[in-house]
Amino acid sequence: MRYAETGFYLEIDLSTGNIERVASDPRDTELYLGGVGTNYKILWDRVPPEVEPFSPDNIIIFSAGLLGGTMAPGANRTIVTSISPQTLFTGFSILGGYWAPQLKYAGYDKIIVKGKAPGLVYIWIDNDKVEIRDASHLKGKSTYETTRLIREEVEQPLAEVLSIGLAGENRVYFASIETATSSASRLGMGAIMGSKNLKAIAVRGTKDINIAQPLEFMDQCNEVLDYIQYRLENPIPGVPAILSFIGSPQEMALHDEKWHTISFSWGNARIRRKDFWNEEVEREWTQTMENARKKLISCYNCPVRCRGIIQMPGYPSYTMKCFSKLTYVMAAMADDLDFGFKIAAIAQSHGVDGFTTPQVMAFAVELYEAGILTDEDLPDFPSENRERFYYLLDKIVKREGIGDILADGVYWAARKIGKGAEAYDHNTIKKHEQIPIKLGMLNPIYYIMWSTGEKANITQIEGQLPQAPLPKEIREEFVKDWIQIPTGKEEKFKRFILEWGEEGKTFPFWPPPDLICELVEWQENMHYIDDSLGLCAGLSSFPLKPPYHMHNLPALISYGAGIEMDEERLWEVAIRVRNLVRASNVRRGMRRQDDKPPEDHWKKRFPDYEAKLLDEYYEYRGWNKEGIPKKETLQNLGLDFVYEDFVKRGILKEE
Amino acid sequence: MGTEKKKKIIKSIKVDLDKCHGCRACEVACAAFHSSPKYSIVNPARSRIRVYRNELDNVFLPVRAGAYTKAECEGRQTYVINEQEYGECTFCNAPCPSRDLFKEPDSGLPLRCDMCESDPPLEEPMCVKWCLADALIYEEREEEVEEEEEIKEDELELGLELMADKYGLDKLIETVVRMAEAREGQTQ
Repeated sequence: MRYAETGFYLEIDLSTGNIERVASDPRDTELYLGGVGTNYKILWDRVPPEVEPFSPDNIIIFSAGLLGGTMAPGANRTIVTSISPQTLFTGFSILGGYWAPQLKYAGYDKIIVKGKAPGLVYIWIDNDKVEIRDASHLKGKSTYETTRLIREEVEQPLAEVLSIGLAGENRVYFASIETATSSASRLGMGAIMGSKNLKAIAVRGTKDINIAQPLEFMDQCNEVLDYIQYRLENPIPGVPAILSFIGSPQEMALHDEKWHTISFSWGNARIRRKDFWNEEVEREWTQTMENARKKLISCYNCPVRCRGIIQMPGYPSYTMKCFSKLTYVMAAMADDLDFGFKIAAIAQSHGVDGFTTPQVMAFAVELYEAGILTDEDLPDFPSENRERFYYLLDKIVKREGIGDILADGVYWAARKIGKGAEAYDHNTIKKHEQIPIKLGMLNPIYYIMWSTGEKANITQIEGQLPQAPLPKEIREEFVKDWIQIPTGKEEKFKRFILEWGEEGKTFPFWPPPDLICELVEWQENMHYIDDSLGLCAGLSSFPLKPPYHMHNLPALISYGAGIEMDEERLWEVAIRVRNLVRASNVRRGMRRQDDKPPEDHWKKRFPDYEAKLLDEYYEYRGWNKEGIPKKETLQNLGLDFVYEDFVKRGILKEE
Repeated sequence: MGTEKKKKIIKSIKVDLDKCHGCRACEVACAAFHSSPKYSIVNPARSRIRVYRNELDNVFLPVRAGAYTKAECEGRQTYVINEQEYGECTFCNAPCPSRDLFKEPDSGLPLRCDMCESDPPLEEPMCVKWCLADALIYEEREEEVEEEEEIKEDELELGLELMADKYGLDKLIETVVRMAEAREGQTQ
């Protein structure tokens, strides 16, 4: 019997209509756990680097994690993996809500979709019954409407539906995949669904997930739940409110937006408005929020309410979390929160990424103001910024006129537009738009994470550490119950927190490179573990002092999945997955030149020192100077097949 | 002559709809607790509490499984919440022939909330314990009730009742008698 996982994948070829239920290899579970780990093994085996993102030969995987749908709180993530149309590297994007547990209850750990349907279709999974259904009547329908209509059609009001909107159908490079309460937004996974003519996947399941050691597993889950409650009642003192809680940043609950509005950049990631936040703004925004937000809700089996149901008069209701509250407002230089809620309602109905989309539009506005885009490109372009954003959003999701170019994102659009537009592309890495933060002094830990993160998204890498020295008076208290540090690193990491900010112990030349590498590795590894287990990062790798950590995760895996696991082995799995993801990108051409932060992310840069840091990190990870995993590294992790492929393709020389 | 009165603890779960945010932890905990061995299976379809959800309309409603009813009702009531219409079945707590809610997925046997009666007893039912939102509130109150022999509606009885409905009570008795005779024959 298989525990925690179902042991089956659902393989669907949309070109031929063939559907198969295939047993997975339990050895892969031991090596990669599940979720992103096993997704990448499948992607490596089946999608050679020559395959273009929109080719029918590309695959898209919708996966639960190893612990998804078990009693483990917050084990609800759906991990979508494919080739990104924007970066041309591999991409994975994750959504919460209810979808993945439902897939497991239907009897599958993953759905692997290849090929391309002759016309628009959706997939309906009702336990063993799997159908590819015509979706021509859903063409152009909003993501909200699609969910509602499919639930009605299959006569299952609680079927879980993920879908794309107009943006995905039109292969907008930053199209998202939406469920009623969560989105997989980054890296254009919605466009891949669109390229396969796949509008939606609906699933209903009533089968069992088995637990290997039930009592022990439940004990662990109860402990996690207790700690969640403790952390909800005890925010970390002395840090900004936004960093003091667990979960996704509590943007839907908090009214104090000082931290985001004065530290993040407005417009096309250009201007910091250090005096923006004042009492009047706070009063107005609080009122807007109180009126718009109907309820705070959570994801499957999680008590933390990160998401708000938002309803603006005259707009469809939708759910929102985190910084999406501000991305449109800040990019449009609009001072009212009202606008943010309204435009997000439309954007999500079409299914676009709330990070990238506002930046693409702010970029277009800048180009217009600079005379690079003209009235010819933007006929009847409004003069008011908010109106401009509505205009641009509509053009982009329809790929109409200039929208067809902007729909490829800032990097590609800048190169197509030319006339100096490239200079306005200042906030992308690996061709992907980044969070709009512009800071002063280089942070060497963040430098490595920004540069080398495979997902090209800092929030998917950072998490265990504060971003600035803690106030002196709270340091001792902070480290006192800092139980999350991996074994053997406690003293070192605690000393780092205690000393950071003292004379001579400030960025950029402190801490020493070996400690920087270890701190980066910790943060990265935790994300790879979460994404393989299907755990929400908000309970684990993303906030300070999370409920899940290296001291309870091995037990949860052992008791839940019946796999022999301890801290050392789990660490190795994380490193294996991290290397397989890197290798998959290396095979598609990723090299040292791609490993860099946005050029103007910090004002104070140190090219020689940064190069040395990158060398140190590569060395620490067992990679060569180009960021390619070495033979020895790969073989020690059991990734011999990667080494052989690298040799065959001339990426590494045979040793 | 009046009947004897005796004191009895009545257990109930109050539902605060304003606090329910649809996480379904109650379903997870219930299904796991009632699996055998305990916590060996998680499957919300086996849960004796289900959360009806319509997320975008802000409707979250936990319903606990009640008594099995063998007849379909007319279901003529309609509820309107936030301008959306919901049929009576949506919020009904009875396992009934017209739907598969509150029935074991494999056997079709009806499920009923038993307040997690167990030995040793729990402090509170599992769904309440796992509801950190405090949407489910456990309450005990003492009531004086007339002493009568309690009718136990345990799983066996419910199962038999279901089979009697399906095959007729006479047929069922006939079968049980035949089985008993056959067994007696084997042991002789």
